[in-house]
Amino acid sequence: MSNYVYPRFPYACSAEQRSGTTRRHPVVVIGAGPIGLTAALDLAARGQPVVVLDDNDTVSIGSRAVCYAKRPLEIWDRLGCAAAMVEKGVSWNIGKVFFRDQLSYQFDLLPEPGHRWPAMINLQQYHLEEILVGACTKSPLVDLRWKHRLVSLKQFDDHADLAVETPDGIFTMEAQWVIACDGANSDTRRMVGAEFKGQFFQDRFLIADVRMKADFPTERWFWFDPPFHPGQSVLLHRQSDNIWRIDFQLGWDADPDEEKKPERVIPRIRAMLGESTDFELEWVSIYQFACRRIDQFRRGRVLFAGDAAHQVSPFGARGANTGVQDIDNLAWKLALVLRGEAPESLVDSYHEERAYAADDNILNSTRATDFITPKTRLSRHFRDAVLDLAQHHAFARPLVNSGRLSTPTPYVASALNTPDRTSLAGPMTPGTNAADVPVILAGQPGWLLNCLGSGFTVLTFDSSVSADEVRVDGIAARVIVVGRDIADAKGLLAERYGASSPPTYVFRPDQYVTARFPQFDETAIAESIRRACGKDGAVQQELAA
Amino acid sequence: MSLTLTPNINDPDGFYAELIGSQRDLSEEDALRMNARLVLLLANHIGDRTILSEAIRLARAPGG
Repeated sequence: MSNYVYPRFPYACSAEQRSGTTRRHPVVVIGAGPIGLTAALDLAARGQPVVVLDDNDTVSIGSRAVCYAKRPLEIWDRLGCAAAMVEKGVSWNIGKVFFRDQLSYQFDLLPEPGHRWPAMINLQQYHLEEILVGACTKSPLVDLRWKHRLVSLKQFDDHADLAVETPDGIFTMEAQWVIACDGANSDTRRMVGAEFKGQFFQDRFLIADVRMKADFPTERWFWFDPPFHPGQSVLLHRQSDNIWRIDFQLGWDADPDEEKKPERVIPRIRAMLGESTDFELEWVSIYQFACRRIDQFRRGRVLFAGDAAHQVSPFGARGANTGVQDIDNLAWKLALVLRGEAPESLVDSYHEERAYAADDNILNSTRATDFITPKTRLSRHFRDAVLDLAQHHAFARPLVNSGRLSTPTPYVASALNTPDRTSLAGPMTPGTNAADVPVILAGQPGWLLNCLGSGFTVLTFDSSVSADEVRVDGIAARVIVVGRDIADAKGLLAERYGASSPPTYVFRPDQYVTARFPQFDETAIAESIRRACGKDGAVQQELAA
Repeated sequence: MSLTLTPNINDPDGFYAELIGSQRDLSEEDALRMNARLVLLLANHIGDRTILSEAIRLARAPGG
């Protein structure tokens, strides 16, 4: 029923399988979904060759993940993909929440002007994956292998043996590191015997991609208990190519096989859109969900990312968006360790920081789910009271929870941070991702995040600084002096980074603030970089504990 | 600030009569609906999370 033509990527028998010689690869990624493909691109951007195995030979079937948030777009911009995604996708800022037949309230995601990327875009996962596959194909460091299925995995101290099945049989590869991005039903997770625990929700949702020319505005519309689908919730999102995504809550008693049938789905959609709207059904799926995560993001040589590591309810678009940030966190650490510039223990901080983020996402998505699907009659009364009061009184609007949309989780307690020693102005505390700011670079308008580069970067507001870089243990951190290298185009740099002191910031390769100081102190900067690389003695002890 | 547990309502009998009276003609379902709204209105007025937590804890534990 789909108008979208799924690409078929060619299977090729690898040289190592053909010759029967076992090769050891620095990194093998399992799964070519949004997270696995991002992992390949990020490692390649850091100079690491990477092999990606996928058991299929096409992109995501159906739209699946739809909403991509600002922070992932910033990461994909670093990897050269964001512009194509934004161009193909649909940007939106306004969300409306309806209760029965009334507008309960609306929100605007646009936090403030002066950011390069929109708060959120909607794009079918298959389009997003096509863009990522295109970028991987262009990279000489990414070896993308379709129709390659991991069948078993054996761990050793310094590598893992991977038995991989292809149309030409089974062969063995070795990997110094494996990144498992093989989704919520990860086989890799089963192979290492990891636990995947959490809360399972007794509810079912019907998701449908519908092609129609409709005059709905490009907004997120969420209904509680609408007249066309009484007692349940409905979500409407616009995607590209006149495809609209509709999610219907069905309840636990719904029969998934029956509900998937077009003769059941079409009347539901017709009741919602009205008799006069012409539409075609593109794709239908039924899902139920859980909020859970793996016990340890690292198991020996295997690192888990995306849904393989954590699963959330869809409310808040916290699945793919979190997974991309897992990779943002992991890739630079792995690259430093593989180059011998950081101790292997740095990889353990991946669990520390991203499990913390996963727990934050699970908390937020669990709370949204409890609001959307009240578990008892009394909690339903509270929910309905909030929605009812929100129509008339501002106080109740912050209580309405149709999903708190994905924003980055700051690593506030990370052992890699150098805590502030003196009180400094501004919200950019260590562990926070760098806020983007319009700047002037070589006389041209540009963006701060594009200036940060792929390594450690020092940003100082002290105009007397003449250094171009700070070096420590073979790692060079580029120094950007405000006024010398970039100009504060609209005064927003000073506003967002609290320039009164004037401060110096140290950014990690993933654009997170790792330290800030009231003055440009080379020794303190070098210490903070060592600490962010897991080299500081104290850091190692904390991680081991 | 902590949760006020000493008498604080000027006209206790009048208040109680008003509270009960406001639900006299309501079905049990409608009264539950009203209670939910009332809790939310009052909770927002108080605002202080420590006080709200203390009140929730006390309300859950009879005789506490």
